[in-house]
Amino acid sequence: MTDTVGIVIVSHSSDIAKGTADMVRQMVGSEVKVAFCGGNPDGGLGTSVPLIIDAINAAWSPKGVAVLVDLGGAETNSEMAVEMLEPARRDLVVVCNAPIVEGAVMAATEAAGGSSLAQVKAVAEELSAD
Amino acid sequence: MSVPSETLKSLVKAAAEQVIASAPELTSLDQAIGDGDHGTNMKRGCEAVLGKLDVISAQPLDEALKMIGKTLVMTVGGASGPLYGSFFLAAGEALSHDKHLPEDLADVFGSAVNAVSARGRSQVGEKTMLDVLVPVLETLKTAAGQPDLIARVRTTATEAVERTAPMQATKGRASFLGARSVGHVDPGARSSCVLVQAVCAGLEARP
Repeated sequence: MTDTVGIVIVSHSSDIAKGTADMVRQMVGSEVKVAFCGGNPDGGLGTSVPLIIDAINAAWSPKGVAVLVDLGGAETNSEMAVEMLEPARRDLVVVCNAPIVEGAVMAATEAAGGSSLAQVKAVAEELSAD
Repeated sequence: MSVPSETLKSLVKAAAEQVIASAPELTSLDQAIGDGDHGTNMKRGCEAVLGKLDVISAQPLDEALKMIGKTLVMTVGGASGPLYGSFFLAAGEALSHDKHLPEDLADVFGSAVNAVSARGRSQVGEKTMLDVLVPVLETLKTAAGQPDLIARVRTTATEAVERTAPMQATKGRASFLGARSVGHVDPGARSSCVLVQAVCAGLEARP
């Protein structure tokens, strides 16, 4: 199996994160590594930097990882998590400016075709274009 | 400047305890214009800092600040984690690189404020914690070396919080409310004021 870009889903809600991951897997099966996390460190609504770091490492691929987020704190915490990765991995992770469900499905579908990290990000972000 | 371990410990403890005591107020402010979790998030982060208080206060000041920052990043669970985390990480980083207290206080605080601005992609006037931190930075610059510096910082912080009430939020969850965010004090500005006041009170109480 050739390497494909990994996908990480970060929501304030673990239910949304899991549900989104389920929809992604329905599209791409096991061709793409998908990891998700949701909830703050106490399990309430929110996001957690350590859980995001774990998810990125779980979805790790030499081609990189695309992270899909919902609201502000998920984005800020994901950017922080990327900066806290080991230096060799930092430049291979992108946080996409895209709606979380549609973005994750589009990104994973693109990744399954063997596209580069930049291509995967671009396809997800087309959804946010005017 | 080397800060005695006991001084550092009492300042960190006082600041964390003040934020924890303010958690209900922060939550109530955040329920008005945000998602209502600022108090519980800051409380969680500050409790984690208190849990490491002995380790933190045994470090040199730069490493202690970085440890506080990292602890907040890893435990807060909302955007305020990376925002306050970046503040303390940048302050510690500045002290690790040729900056010294007390003479470089404004420079160190400025590095920390810039880190918050970059992390949140936000500027002053957008109804955020920067609307307290930036005025405090200005006072640190203009009143540097003055005997009443601490009193002036305290007044600046208190007045700055109130000035966030008429602002319309353009960043963060409150921006979704548009004009309805007007009339409410910003919870992040309030938590920044609580921290500034706690540190000032601790410094004033030094023998």
